Amino acid sequence: MKSNIPFNKFYKTFNFISLLLIIFSLFLLIFKGLNYGVDFKGGTLIELRTINKQITITKLRSSFIKMNLGDVSVKKFGNDNDYLVKFEKKRNDNSNFINEIKNELTLLLGKDFDFRRVENVGPKVSAELLRSGIIAIVISLAAMLFYIWIRFEWQFSVGAIAALFHDVIVTLGIFSLFNLEINLSIVAAVLTIVGYSMNDTVVIYDRVRENLKKLGDTKIFEITNISINETLSRTIITSITTLLALLSIFFFGGEILKGFSLAMILGVIFGTYSSIYIANPILVFFRVSRKTIVKEETD
Amino acid sequence: MLYFSKFRIFLISFFTLILVFFASTNFTKFEDNFFDKKINLGLDLQGGSYLLLEIDNQPVISQKLQNYVSILRKYFKDNSINYKNLLLENDKFVKFEISSSQLDKIENLLKDEESIINPYYPMYKAHQFDVEIVNNKFILKLSKYGIIEIKKSSLDQALEIVRRRIDEVGTNEPNILKRGSDRILVELPGLDDPMRIKNLLGKTANLTFRFVTQKTEETFGTEKLFFEDGIEEAVVSKRIILSGDNLLDAQPRMDTQTNETVVNFNLDRVGAKRFAKATSNGIGKRLAIVLDGKIVSAPVIRSSIVGGSGQISGNFTFQSATDLALLLRSGALPAPLNIIEERTVGPDLGQDSINAGIFALSIGFLLVIIFMFFKYRFFGLIANITLIINLFLLIGILTIFEATLTLPGIAGIILTVGMAVDANVLIFERIKEESEFEKNKIIAFDSGYERSKTAVLDANVTTLIAAVILFFMGSGPIKGFSVTLGVGIFTTLFSVYFIARLLTSIYVSKNRDKERLI
Repeated sequence: MKSNIPFNKFYKTFNFISLLLIIFSLFLLIFKGLNYGVDFKGGTLIELRTINKQITITKLRSSFIKMNLGDVSVKKFGNDNDYLVKFEKKRNDNSNFINEIKNELTLLLGKDFDFRRVENVGPKVSAELLRSGIIAIVISLAAMLFYIWIRFEWQFSVGAIAALFHDVIVTLGIFSLFNLEINLSIVAAVLTIVGYSMNDTVVIYDRVRENLKKLGDTKIFEITNISINETLSRTIITSITTLLALLSIFFFGGEILKGFSLAMILGVIFGTYSSIYIANPILVFFRVSRKTIVKEETD
Repeated sequence: MLYFSKFRIFLISFFTLILVFFASTNFTKFEDNFFDKKINLGLDLQGGSYLLLEIDNQPVISQKLQNYVSILRKYFKDNSINYKNLLLENDKFVKFEISSSQLDKIENLLKDEESIINPYYPMYKAHQFDVEIVNNKFILKLSKYGIIEIKKSSLDQALEIVRRRIDEVGTNEPNILKRGSDRILVELPGLDDPMRIKNLLGKTANLTFRFVTQKTEETFGTEKLFFEDGIEEAVVSKRIILSGDNLLDAQPRMDTQTNETVVNFNLDRVGAKRFAKATSNGIGKRLAIVLDGKIVSAPVIRSSIVGGSGQISGNFTFQSATDLALLLRSGALPAPLNIIEERTVGPDLGQDSINAGIFALSIGFLLVIIFMFFKYRFFGLIANITLIINLFLLIGILTIFEATLTLPGIAGIILTVGMAVDANVLIFERIKEESEFEKNKIIAFDSGYERSKTAVLDANVTTLIAAVILFFMGSGPIKGFSVTLGVGIFTTLFSVYFIARLLTSIYVSKNRDKERLI
């Protein structure tokens, strides 16, 4: 059961689509920006559970607004009686203010609620976390570039890094489009996407290089297509098993891991796509041939 | 080669069994310490509080400079040097002017390594102060290393005091660590309401005993301080009779006469002497007990107190008296601490997360196993056995190192399950291709393993790079993810190249004459 799908016929079409996607994502990232969570913006997050059906989201919201905490957002969080409350302002430099909020809420709504999780990040820490998150992503891209530069020729490095940028930018673009929250776990997801996308690209590149040696006179346009087809069943099976794992985290792993697993799911889909439709056309663009790799080896 | 020597089989089985054993110790109890290892649960799984405290060193620095002004003043007087405008500016610079005839003398003194007014740190090869001289004006400010030195000592002191305070409260297995030059990380497992500890850590607990005075002019100066209620106020002398340093012990007590909760304290010898002298000289005066710039109470001295013990009263509840006594026993912080990051997870949410994580793991595992079986049949079975062993190996290694498992860590394990089969898939697909040209099954399998090696290694190295960067850049829960993801790569490679290959080799050598194997 050997596949022979003419992927290379659609290089141009999909390159155009990818370009549009990247431009659109960049546009969103620049003009709409990302919805940073408490980790990166600073502020306070409270996960709250009520046992009283009378306490509705509107009641909760108006109670929190009464407390003069600046911008307050109240959302349902998973279960019917779980809510996520976020606000920016820390009322004062009082280590006690969470308890004050609890007391005031008790006065307004009664005792039938429970703070299940409280996160409070000061402005200095959130700025540092954001900076180290960005540094981590940049370092990982640089490390990948370095790795592939050692393993392959420069044309391949450009292709792989272009694919990585595409995956990271488009994933973040989707997060921007749907206003999904960016927190520390999303940074972890992005780094894992970088690893996964690279992994996918390298497997195909490995085969491209092998085929360049074996089928010396064939054009790179054909060689990439042969290589994609030869590795296709692996690409599909690995994507499926990884997605199966990620989907089970998304649906059953609890609310806290939702954003993380969603980012990873998007990353795996785009990573698979980009290793076929970005990484390979770039090799064609650079007219990689047998000489490209043989020259390196005789040096 | 598909061939495995007996010795190699023994080693592989031995290693695997050891790790499987350790994986299982999580569910049993052993008397022996060495065998009784368990994976630690992160704060997000067992519930607890994470606090990041930052020391506000500004008061320490101004205090230091203020002292320095006095030292200089004394030095100039003792050596009859004419000085003008000696002052502390903006809490940052010490400024003074010297007549031009004595300029050299001071300049040399400030540059001397053995200088008493500008000590030299051999460790940093630098002075405590940087000196700027414009004509005959001197501007001194703490040097980079002077500040490092101050920060270091206040961090060390603060760490000690924080540890004492938390130990006194008696939470189980707190984790208290230095972070950077002016931060302290406190992890309190199992604590779902950190309010009390936050209150205790938020107080400097700087205790002084000083006389209330009517005179506004006094040699030491006076200051107006509020009582704790924030309304009443009193003028208090700056002369310190006793400070918290002189306390040996403090305990909450019930005063039987007034039926009030008080804090009893015992003084050291020096403190007792001073207290006796002050109280006998000051009968009829009010003695203010000042804590962190606020007057707790200011009782009138009725008789001299010579025993070296006394009591503090002031509208305490039993809880607040207990806390005050605790703060006094554990000592004052060198500088105020601010909580700049707090993350608290209640134990029931932690348990919910564990349940959800384990459920997601089971479902993900099951789906992958079913998929692999339908895709590869017998070899799917081999891949699945490998996957199960891989999971045991992963948990076994985490247990041996007593690693901390977090919720993202569980996600890392699930992700490992999804990605671990990749190596086997790469190999199996390659074997399929090789079988098309090579009729000898053993050779086909062998070259399948050989030729897929670079792809498998590349694929795993890229994920490992991401995991390593996350390990060094991430904190808390995210670090847990990088650990499981990274360890998962090693166990995957081991299980694929030793266990799966061993099983494959046994099967292939027994069925080499079959038409199709994979």
